[in-house]
Amino acid sequence: MEREKSLIKSVSFGLAILFGMIIYAYGFNVTKVNFETTRSEKRLTQLSRIMRALAHPSLFVYEKEELEVMAPIYLPCPKTQVQIHNPDTSDSYLILTPNCAGPGEIITVEGYNIWPNTKGPINFLALSGVNLTIGNLQSDANGYFKAKVKLPKRQPVDVAQMIRVLPRRNIGNPEFSDVAKSTWDKIIETVFLALLATTFGTLLAIPVSFFAARNLMSSQKSPLTNVAFSTIGWPLGILIGLQTALTFKSFVIQLFVEDVLIRSSIGSVLGIGLTWSVIQWLFPKKQDQSNLRKHKIVQSVTVILCVLISILTIYMIANLALVLGQVLIEPLGPIGFVGNFISQLGDVLIMVLPAATALLGGGTLGLAGNKLGQYVSDHMSPQVIKITNICATALAGAVIGGILGNTIDWFYQLDNPQQTLYLPMSIGAILGALVSLRISHKHPIPIGYVTYYVTRTILNATRSIEPLVMVIVFVVWVGIGPFAGSLALALHTIAALAKLYSEQVESIAPGPLEAVRATGANRLQTIVYAVIPQIIPPYISFTMYRWDINVRMSTIIGFAGGGGIGFLLQQNINLLDYRAASVQMLAIAIVVATMDYISAVIRERFV
Amino acid sequence: MLEIHNLTKIYDGKVIAVDNVSFEVKKGEFLAVIGLSGSGKSTLLRCINRLIEPTSGQIMWNNIDITSASQNEMRNVRRKIGMVFQHFNLVSRSKVITNVLSGRLGYINPALSLINRFPQKDIEMALKQLDRVGIADQAYKRADELSGGQQQRVGVARAMMQEPEIILADEPVASLDPVLAHSIMQYLEKLNKEDGVTILCSLHFLDLVHEYADRAIALNQGQLMFDGPPKEIDDARFRSIYGQEAKRVG
Ligand SMILES: Nc1ncnc2c1ncn2[C@@H]1O[C@H](COP(=O)(O)OP(=O)(O)O)[C@@H](O)[C@H]1O
Ligand SMILES: [Mg+2]
Repeated sequence: MEREKSLIKSVSFGLAILFGMIIYAYGFNVTKVNFETTRSEKRLTQLSRIMRALAHPSLFVYEKEELEVMAPIYLPCPKTQVQIHNPDTSDSYLILTPNCAGPGEIITVEGYNIWPNTKGPINFLALSGVNLTIGNLQSDANGYFKAKVKLPKRQPVDVAQMIRVLPRRNIGNPEFSDVAKSTWDKIIETVFLALLATTFGTLLAIPVSFFAARNLMSSQKSPLTNVAFSTIGWPLGILIGLQTALTFKSFVIQLFVEDVLIRSSIGSVLGIGLTWSVIQWLFPKKQDQSNLRKHKIVQSVTVILCVLISILTIYMIANLALVLGQVLIEPLGPIGFVGNFISQLGDVLIMVLPAATALLGGGTLGLAGNKLGQYVSDHMSPQVIKITNICATALAGAVIGGILGNTIDWFYQLDNPQQTLYLPMSIGAILGALVSLRISHKHPIPIGYVTYYVTRTILNATRSIEPLVMVIVFVVWVGIGPFAGSLALALHTIAALAKLYSEQVESIAPGPLEAVRATGANRLQTIVYAVIPQIIPPYISFTMYRWDINVRMSTIIGFAGGGGIGFLLQQNINLLDYRAASVQMLAIAIVVATMDYISAVIRERFV
Repeated sequence: MLEIHNLTKIYDGKVIAVDNVSFEVKKGEFLAVIGLSGSGKSTLLRCINRLIEPTSGQIMWNNIDITSASQNEMRNVRRKIGMVFQHFNLVSRSKVITNVLSGRLGYINPALSLINRFPQKDIEMALKQLDRVGIADQAYKRADELSGGQQQRVGVARAMMQEPEIILADEPVASLDPVLAHSIMQYLEKLNKEDGVTILCSLHFLDLVHEYADRAIALNQGQLMFDGPPKEIDDARFRSIYGQEAKRVG
């Protein structure tokens, strides 16, 4: 029995090894492993040439001076006697042996009294004015050189043409080369690209990570009626929010047709003042809860008004920033980029405000729907509840169906409302009604799980696309350059960090969470008081890790048009200018090493 | 007055943690819940403030049906029920005072609390509660810098911040050495006698039950085995609670 077992064991072990070998053999085959090529003479010389070029980064340039020395040559030898050329031996001179030869023949060029230890080209100056480089010189310490050159194959000419040598030497102090300067510009761009991507990616990843944390979401359940009303409320709110924002936007644009600066300044100040005073009125310093409770309707209306005024004010401020920044660029001179920054911030605000307002509207109406559903199931008679519930659930189903259909229509442009609108809506409505008939209106729907899985799926899909690929889409959208790179990196950062963060949230101690929940704290309070304090150290540590990745990534995102130093590097590699490429590699190495060091220090400090 | 009717909790459709348990707790009573570990004490206590959703049964408290209360109503119910835990459950990286103040979260304006603003009178109250449990000087330390006994006092102070009518204490002294255990139990006793707070406290050691509790209930595999004054737990009852092989110590 024992022996049989060990026999089976060794056989399966042998099979496993065989199987492994087959896998690697196939791997060698598909990756075209061929060590023959690595030893071939030609490739080895090429390799050493490139390696040497890489070891000579063209960081510095010198100003050069040239010495021009010439000697006549006959190509081909004339029929008559060749004139003897007698150089002045007190100065630099050339001796050609022989001083006449046929095309393609090899002659020896010797130079005397040349600048010692210099290099330079040997040229053939044809009668036609064409200048051909036919060799290189390298003088010794005595100013002598000797080189064999091959004469070009040219039309026969009777008179003498010229061999010219141009030894060159450096004068003055070294200066940074153009390559070094452009590398410096680009490496700065690279670092800031990584910084922006990391900052914005992190800021957005934090809230997303809560939705992707199982332990926070699994307990979130809501009765069917609440979910139904909420489902109707969300898209409605998003629509209303979006519409409001766009109306305000065009209103502000009309308002600021002329005198933009003055009008937007006045508008901003007025708006801020108004908002502030309304907030003061809403939340008096002394917290008198009973007083707050009294005029609840007045309070809600004021809050909505206050929010509307704030949105309008933000538009005005954004417009002000947009214009003010542009105006400031000139007078600020060397720090004109601050003006541009202000202006861009204004633009970003104008761009994201509709989205933010839409979300706000959706959230508000979603919450209101939830409350309404709760109110209905708490205060109505069973009949009313039943009917309301069926209607609401059917409507919610129709809404979901409509949204899905619309999305499909957008992607595939079916242009067939029969199929993309009415059909999904009616299917949704029927399914909704069926659900509401099957289960009770108080049945807890695990909306937390739904949110969790949707978020996770989106995150995983996004994360699996490398930023290097993502940038291609962004390049189409915003054009080649660092902006596209930042967007791609930021998006990938959101997806990757949100996942890492959410795993940290999932591994926090459940005890404090339970304790805070037991005090009567609501969800947001629980997150602020029990979750956030626990996740700060890992969040910092993961952010630094991501910062490292982003710095590395930003150095190559230019390969795909994402700006930064990768653009230069790729260009130089394509031009076979390895000495220039070497400068960029050096810069990357220095930056990555420095950032590594800095992030290690920060991590040590905070974690 | 807290009434529990036919409370049952079944985990994942398999594990019956609390099995059809009914009892009442009068206002101002000190009730001990005893039983082996795994007998369902923690589950029972957590069902009362619905940290765990009961599978069936009803919990009535001051004429409110806790089992069917909505989330908003639960906020108002929970803030009147303090809870003390075996492992203290403090947020270890937060300051002691923040941990204590979190007991007020059910009362204060949610928006303001999100930016860590507590009313001055709550801060004063927190310092007073810390003073009451004798660690006012530790208020601005990080919670994890405190010893176990001190941490549990913070836990008690946090529960007191809720101005509770009931305190649910889930083996509050099981992680502490006997001397500290008595000091924590004395705080609970003081809250019970001086402030009239009803106390439900699950306990491991019978001597603590005899010393502090007015009444005891006993669970065995989720079933209620005993309900009465601690001194009525004789040998036969003891064995029905703790099993046939169990020996009385202490
Ligand atoms: N979250 C849970 N999921 C599944 N089973 C659980 C869970 N919590 C407790 N149990 C089980 O329920 C029973 C009672 O546990 P518990 O209430 O913790 O008892 P006690 O507090 O008396 O030690 C045990 O059998 C335990 O394994
Ligand atoms: Mg327990």
